[in-house]
Amino acid sequence: MKLYCLSNDAAKPCFVLSFKELLIMLDCGLSSHSVLNFLPLPPVPSTRLASLPNYTPPHHNDPVLEGELKECCGRVFVDSMPEFCPPLDKVVDFSQLDVILISNYTCMLALPFITEDTGFKGQVYATEPTLQIGRFYLEELSEWVCSSGSGSGSAKRWKEAVHVLPAPLADVVRPRAWRRLLAPHHVARALARVRVVGYDEKVDLYGALDATAVSSGFCLGSANWVLRSAHEKVAYVSGSSTLTTHPRPINQAALRGADLLVLAALTQTPAHNPDHMLGDLCVHATVTLRAGGSVLCPVYPSGVLYDLLECLSAHLDTAGLAHVPLYVVSPAAEASLAYSNILAEWVSAGKQARVYLPEEPFPHAALVRAGRLRHARDLHDDSFSADFRQPCVVFCGHPSLRFGAAVHLVELWACNPLHAIIFTEPDFPYTEALAPFQPLSMKAFHCPIDTSLNYSQANKLVRELRPRELALPEQYAAPGPAAAAARPHIAADVPTVVVRRGTARRVGGRRTLARGTLTLRDSRLHVHSPPPGAGGAGGAEAGGRVECGAPDVEALVRELRRAGAEEARVERGADGCIVHLPRHDTLVHVDAHATHVFCEAGADLRLALRQALALTVPTI
Amino acid sequence: MPDIKITPLGAGQDVGRSCILLTMGGKNIMLDCGMHMGYNDERRFPDFSYIVPEGPITSQIDCVIISHFHLDHCGALPYMSEMIGYTGPIYMTHPTKAIAPILLEDMRKVAVERKGESNFFTSQMIKDCMKKVTAVTLHQSVMVDNELEIKAYYAGHVLGAAMFWIRVGSQSVVYTGDYNMTPDRHLGAAWIDKCRPDLLITESTYATTIRDSKRCRERDFLKKVHECVEKGGKVLIPVFALGRAQELCILLETYWDRMNLKYPVYFALGLTEKANNYYKMFITWTNQKIRKTFVQRNMFDFKHIKPFDKTYIDNPGAMVVFATPGMLHAGLSLNIFKKWAPYEQNMVIMPGFCVQGTVGHKILNGAKKVEFENRQVVEVKMAVEYMSFSAHADAKGIMQLIQYCEPKNVLLVHGEAQKMEFLKDKIEKEFKISCFMPANGETCVINTPTTIPIDVSLRLLKAEAVRYNAQPPDPKRRRVVNGILCVKDNRLSLLDIDEMCDEIGINRHIIRFTSTVRFEDPGPAIKTAEKLQNLLTEKLEGWTITISEGNISVESVLIKVEGEDDSTKNIYVSWTNQDEDLGSYILGLLQSMVQYSPMKE
Repeated sequence: MKLYCLSNDAAKPCFVLSFKELLIMLDCGLSSHSVLNFLPLPPVPSTRLASLPNYTPPHHNDPVLEGELKECCGRVFVDSMPEFCPPLDKVVDFSQLDVILISNYTCMLALPFITEDTGFKGQVYATEPTLQIGRFYLEELSEWVCSSGSGSGSAKRWKEAVHVLPAPLADVVRPRAWRRLLAPHHVARALARVRVVGYDEKVDLYGALDATAVSSGFCLGSANWVLRSAHEKVAYVSGSSTLTTHPRPINQAALRGADLLVLAALTQTPAHNPDHMLGDLCVHATVTLRAGGSVLCPVYPSGVLYDLLECLSAHLDTAGLAHVPLYVVSPAAEASLAYSNILAEWVSAGKQARVYLPEEPFPHAALVRAGRLRHARDLHDDSFSADFRQPCVVFCGHPSLRFGAAVHLVELWACNPLHAIIFTEPDFPYTEALAPFQPLSMKAFHCPIDTSLNYSQANKLVRELRPRELALPEQYAAPGPAAAAARPHIAADVPTVVVRRGTARRVGGRRTLARGTLTLRDSRLHVHSPPPGAGGAGGAEAGGRVECGAPDVEALVRELRRAGAEEARVERGADGCIVHLPRHDTLVHVDAHATHVFCEAGADLRLALRQALALTVPTI
Repeated sequence: MPDIKITPLGAGQDVGRSCILLTMGGKNIMLDCGMHMGYNDERRFPDFSYIVPEGPITSQIDCVIISHFHLDHCGALPYMSEMIGYTGPIYMTHPTKAIAPILLEDMRKVAVERKGESNFFTSQMIKDCMKKVTAVTLHQSVMVDNELEIKAYYAGHVLGAAMFWIRVGSQSVVYTGDYNMTPDRHLGAAWIDKCRPDLLITESTYATTIRDSKRCRERDFLKKVHECVEKGGKVLIPVFALGRAQELCILLETYWDRMNLKYPVYFALGLTEKANNYYKMFITWTNQKIRKTFVQRNMFDFKHIKPFDKTYIDNPGAMVVFATPGMLHAGLSLNIFKKWAPYEQNMVIMPGFCVQGTVGHKILNGAKKVEFENRQVVEVKMAVEYMSFSAHADAKGIMQLIQYCEPKNVLLVHGEAQKMEFLKDKIEKEFKISCFMPANGETCVINTPTTIPIDVSLRLLKAEAVRYNAQPPDPKRRRVVNGILCVKDNRLSLLDIDEMCDEIGINRHIIRFTSTVRFEDPGPAIKTAEKLQNLLTEKLEGWTITISEGNISVESVLIKVEGEDDSTKNIYVSWTNQDEDLGSYILGLLQSMVQYSPMKE
């Protein structure tokens, strides 16, 4: 069993496990930190961004960099289509992958990079909400990135000159591996490969393994995967939450007692308690709205958004701000809001109980009906621009502030100190996200809400699950003695293997026994009794008898006498005896473990001896 | 030989009151717990005293599985759980759990408030009963206890209808409930994987119908409604809140759309939203088309169908009205019926079964005059039509399902005896598997072969693979592994002989035979050994002959040459008892070599 790590972003994991001669990819997260190095793509042309000065590194007069880099707010950005960092593609040949198992929609965005134009022939499994919401994420990304930035080409040359550029561009790792998003038809084709599974459904992987998705409690349809062979069990725990929010709670029982536990996608903001952050957000929003300002929340089109809508609307009601409209702007907004309300089987027990009334599991459906919550595809959509009222709360993407409707709204509101921007998504450092919009007069608040396991919860979980062995990406492992400041890490008294990006580690115990049978027909194995006489080359055990003890010497002599060899003399020694047939020049050495016949006479006597031994040696 | 026992308490050569007891591997499972709508006495419910004449029932039943929300499949559940006192686990799908209590409540009202029955469960009992239900999702494998596993498959009969696969140890059974193999207006087709159960318990409502008769009935229904409204008549369709009502609404809605009709269609107020909401909420259980388009247009947001108001009863002109309750025994549907019955141009369509004693039952039996409590007599001149819209698999569909899941035995329930007989023949002929059709109360015993998984030692397999790969490739050649079956700690494994001895602590006893051949062959011993090797290679084709340190070995036969240079050599030939044939052959070979053909110099 081997485990490869292909991602350097622990929150967007990508592992490949070789197990039972299958290559199984666990998640395919797309790291999007790289987009922060690019200039924002405004959905509405912005004169400020269009008139930025070019940047040329000092003492570097290479004209090829011309126009690729711009200086903005004292920092250098790449003026190009934003690029993302997909999993490493040189370590494992994607055409050899047999299966991809996806744990949740935040960890699947690199799927098209793995499956399209790589010769991939395997199968992809995910739960239904993961597939649907993953589709929303991918479609939103591709619509925003592709539609707005058609003019600017793809800058490549700066990657050759990274060493002469100022930080943070100077510090980027392997920018040549960054890729632009794939075209929508590639995305559609990749998603069409996904086979939908339910929680606790056993999926047979090529007859070698059973894979089961079990609830992980992180978001709608999020799953941990349990791989089971006849003798081994591997649990892949990624993006799990022990908090009570809207999704179905985590199923810990199914993960218990694994031979190997792979732990990934822990919280990215271990210092922030999600509950407190949600409370802070409501307070900041109320204060801003009371003062007549509007609130912008750069968010993804699903996930925590549902909790935000539920809590914020309730909070505004009690604060006497029930008239404030809420807007969700995204190409996927309508579908995401509608879709979340038909997933009764994937939500928490409390939300599920509402379905039996029948009411929608999420209150945002009622907010939409009441006209308080509105959704729009984009900013110039009629439903948004026609009755846009301020103050208001706008939820829109992208949280990186590099593309999407949020870019325009920040540009618009940046100079007004009444407005506020509240960051809730943990994927990007908010100061970095805001870098190209400085100086900023609007208030900026950081209330990251990441419900995934924090380190103490993860430690507790590992202790409870008691795996035989634990595998971690290096980010979660204990820092070496050289590191001065102790960062939070996983410390469990379980044998732990640390996997670094681009490396493979051998994990799991060795097999001792393999279960299997011999006839294979209709994909079923059967043991049949072999036809009589089919000894073949393997018939080492003649007659199927196994001698298991020294012969009874007395009986042996008796038998020999009956066969005509009457002069047998027996000499007893320390650990056995010798039967001597002097007339036939034959000796039989007998001890506890072996009988050795030295026979210099003809074949007749030898056969008689053999016969006699067969009768006197105990067999099974 | 372990067996599976099945006793139908209902639905054995019968339709209605589905309740089948299944015993396998020491587990007792109740499949469905329905009531019979045609009876008013104790025959209405399954005979639970069959399970245990007296005392608690919970210890006798390991779990109850409900396939869908129709009352002939779940109607007796509150009775069993609240009045008989069953407290064990109950499984059904999420939509069934949501919708069943509403239908149960509707029925309870009819039975208690209309017919004044006592000894019937109360509203509270229905609620308490539903609290005990565990909801399952499709394909989720649920472990009821350590040995009993169940899994739901899509059945397509009504919203949330499921087939259940049940496994105890190596035995498995599939119970279909009611299912439909052709996708219809709002539901998909039933699907099951090749799970090869020991027994398939299938419904057989349409055991002899081959063509998709549902399409015909729908066309018939639409034609009748259309003709009636065209002539200015009013159509009354008494329905229950859920189930068929939504199907018929979709049917009329699409027809009105396609034909561009303008006649008003009403749905009794109060019902529309709540009932349709269930369908909206569980849209994941409908067919692909509805699921794909639901964001843009929810199939259950009807454009043509408007809420009904009481004042509309006397409106002139044609109209179609869906009103509750379904058996014309009370409420709005009865009021409308009283007003419209005396006119010839009007029509009432009964889309479901009617209990004895209800107005619906009377007019279906051809009553021309109906008398009410207050001596009011209503003449029935309107047309009365009965139409069943239940979506069941036809004979072709049943055969298809058998083909899908490849059962070893089939058992028919939920159908008429005569039709079952026909289907039974067909199944036995076509699939060459046995088919059963027990009557109610009759127990059917099915033998199942035991399969015992065995671990094969890796060493054995590797040794076999080495031997196999050494031979020229031939995919048809049998691959034989010889090993010893070892039973230890309740586990069977196939081991090679040495492993087995280690495992159970036996010291092997080795018998060896050694003979000497004297051979005049001057020269060093190693030269003689090489000569012998050449000879053996020539004679023993296909055997591996190895030589190391002057010793030649073939399998367990060892040949050793000893002796000084330029003198007689002693050739020792030694072999184990198992290789007697080979050993004596080689010995013979060497002896004849020495005797007849002195080595050439």
